[in-house]
Amino acid sequence: MANKKNQKLTPTQQEYQKLAKKAEPPRPVLANCLRAFLAGGTICLIGQAVQTAFIKWGGFNKQNAGNPTVAVMIILSTILTCLGVYDKIAQWAGAGSAVPVTGFANTMSSSALEHKSEGMVYGVGGRMFEVAGPVIVYGTVAAFIIGILHWLFNPSIGGGF
Amino acid sequence: MLKGSQTWVFENKPTIISAATVVGPFEGQGPLADDFDVIHEELLIGQDSWEKAEKALVEEAGELAIKKAGLSKEDINFYIGGDLMNQIISNSFAARTLGIPYIGIFGACSTSMESLALAALMVNSNAANYVLASACSHNAGAEKQFRYPTEYGSQKPPTAQFTVTGAGSAVVAKGGKGPKITSATIGRVVDMGLKDPFNMGAAMAPAALDTIRAHLREMELQPDYYDLIVTGDLSKVGYAIALELFEKHDLPIKKDKYVDCGMLIYDYDKQEVFAGGSGCACSAVVTYGHLLKRLQKGEFNRILAVATGALMSPLSFQQGESIPCIAHAVALERGEG
Amino acid sequence: MDFVWAFIIGGLICVFGQICFDVFRLSPAHTMTLLVVLGAIAGGLGLYEPFAEFAGAGATIPITSFGNSLVKGALQELKLHGIVGVITGMFEITSAGISAAIIFSFFAAWLCRPKG
Repeated sequence: MANKKNQKLTPTQQEYQKLAKKAEPPRPVLANCLRAFLAGGTICLIGQAVQTAFIKWGGFNKQNAGNPTVAVMIILSTILTCLGVYDKIAQWAGAGSAVPVTGFANTMSSSALEHKSEGMVYGVGGRMFEVAGPVIVYGTVAAFIIGILHWLFNPSIGGGF
Repeated sequence: MLKGSQTWVFENKPTIISAATVVGPFEGQGPLADDFDVIHEELLIGQDSWEKAEKALVEEAGELAIKKAGLSKEDINFYIGGDLMNQIISNSFAARTLGIPYIGIFGACSTSMESLALAALMVNSNAANYVLASACSHNAGAEKQFRYPTEYGSQKPPTAQFTVTGAGSAVVAKGGKGPKITSATIGRVVDMGLKDPFNMGAAMAPAALDTIRAHLREMELQPDYYDLIVTGDLSKVGYAIALELFEKHDLPIKKDKYVDCGMLIYDYDKQEVFAGGSGCACSAVVTYGHLLKRLQKGEFNRILAVATGALMSPLSFQQGESIPCIAHAVALERGEG
Repeated sequence: MDFVWAFIIGGLICVFGQICFDVFRLSPAHTMTLLVVLGAIAGGLGLYEPFAEFAGAGATIPITSFGNSLVKGALQELKLHGIVGVITGMFEITSAGISAAIIFSFFAAWLCRPKG
C-alpha cells in the first residue's frame, strides 16, 4: 500500500499509523463549522455596526470607513486579549475568531504580552510578529507579484505589451 | 547489576526515603489535590515570569523533599533533574540555589523515571549515599515555548493534552523507611513517523510498549508480577492505543491493572484538559504524590512506573521531522514505613 | 440588510477557515496566509471590491481583506507612478490596521500581563 506520503515509512510504521489514525477521536467538524460561522458572523456584524456608525456620525463614506473600523476592531481584540478572554472565546469559536482581523490583532497582542518578560526591546519589540509574520510577508509578496502581473499584462494600467 | 541489555537490577534495594510534590492551582482543583504537599494559588507563584515560576516550583520541591528526609542540602551527594525548558534552566537554576553537585538531564516527560533510575543506580552501586531526583513542568512556560503565546486564540483538538504545572522530587538512599526501587529499564528512542504535535499520546505509546516489553523480557517476568503498571502521560488517546498494542503483542495487560498518570491528575468533567495531562511534572507528581502513598498504604506491593516522553522541539517539527519518543521504567516495591 | 449579509458572508469565510483547520489540517498560520493570498488574488482580479460592496463588513473584517487592500494600494500607485508604485503604494491602505495593531499591542504589553 505504498503511496507517496508513506514512501519513507517502514511497514511497521505504516501499520502503526493506521492504528493511531483509527484511535484518534474525530474532530467535531460540523459543530466547529457551525460555531465558526456564528462567531465569525457576529464579529463581522459588530464590524458592520462600527462601520455604519463611522459613516453616520464620523463623516466617513462607504469607501474609507473601512479603515477606522478595522482600527476599532483591533483595539477591541487587544482589550479582550489583555483580559485573558480571547483565547477562551477562540477555543469555542475556532476559525470564527482567528479569521477576522481581530484574530490578527490577537496574534500580535498575545505575542507582545507573552514576551514582556524578555524586556520591551527584545521581548515585546522583537517577538511581536512571531505568529503574525507569515500573514504580512505572504500578503506583501502576493500583492507584489500581482502588481507586477498587472504592470506586465494590464493595458489600462499603462503596462501591457 | 546489568540484566539483559538495558535493565538494571538493584540488589541493594535503594529506598525513596522522602518525596515532595508542589503543584499549581489547576492541579489543586483535580481529584488528587489532597495528595500534593503544596498547592500554589496562582500560576506565577509570586514570580515575574512563567520560567521563573517553574524554577521556584522545582526548588521548593527539592528543598521540601530534603527536609522531609530529615537531611540538609549538604548531605545530598547529587542532584539529577530535568524539565522541558530550553537548556533545562528550571533545574539548573534550582541547582544553583540548592548548591548540590548537579547532573542535568533531558528526557522530556520521561525525566521523572529517568532521574529516579539514575539515582537508584548511583546509590545501589555505592556511588552515592543520597541522591535527589527531580522533574518539573509549567503549563504556561511549555505553551509559550512549544506552541503559542498563552493568550493566543488557538483551538485545541480533542487529542491535545494539558501540561501539568508542578514539580516532583524524591530523595533516594541506601536504606531507611520508604518504597524500594528494585529495578529499572532504560528505554530506546522509538519513532513511528508521527508528526502531529497535538497528538503526543499516539506518538509515545509505542515507546511505552517497547520499554515494558524489554523490561518484562529481561527481568523474565509476566505482567501480573506487578500489581499496577502505570504510564506517565499517554492520556486517553495514547492509553487506548497502548491497550491495543499490548493485546497485539500478547501482553496480558488489561485496564484493571494499567493506569496512566495523565488520566489520573485531572477531572475530565470539570476541567477542560482534552485528552488529559502531560509534562515532566505529570508522572512526577502523580507517582511521588499519589502512587507512592497507595503503595505504602498496602494497596499495592509492586508497581512498574513507566514515564513517557516526546523528544522533539519546535524547530525539529518546523523542519518537517517526526516525533521520536522514549519511555523509562522503574520498578517500585513497598518497603517498611 | 447590510447587517444580514455581513453576518452571513463573514460567517462563511470563517467556515472556510475552519475547514482548513479540521479537514485539511492546516495550522492557523498556514490558513491565515492562504486567506490573505486568496484575498490578494481576488483583489487582483477585480473581484474583491464588488464583493465588499455587497457584503460590507463581511468582506472587510476577515483577514482576506488585508490581502485585497495590499493589492489595491499597490495598483493605485502603479497607475500613478509606474512600476515603483507597486512597492510604494502597498501599505497605504492597510497602514491603519498594521499601525493600530503594533501600537495597541505595544501599549497592551506595557500595561498588562498574560494570564496563562
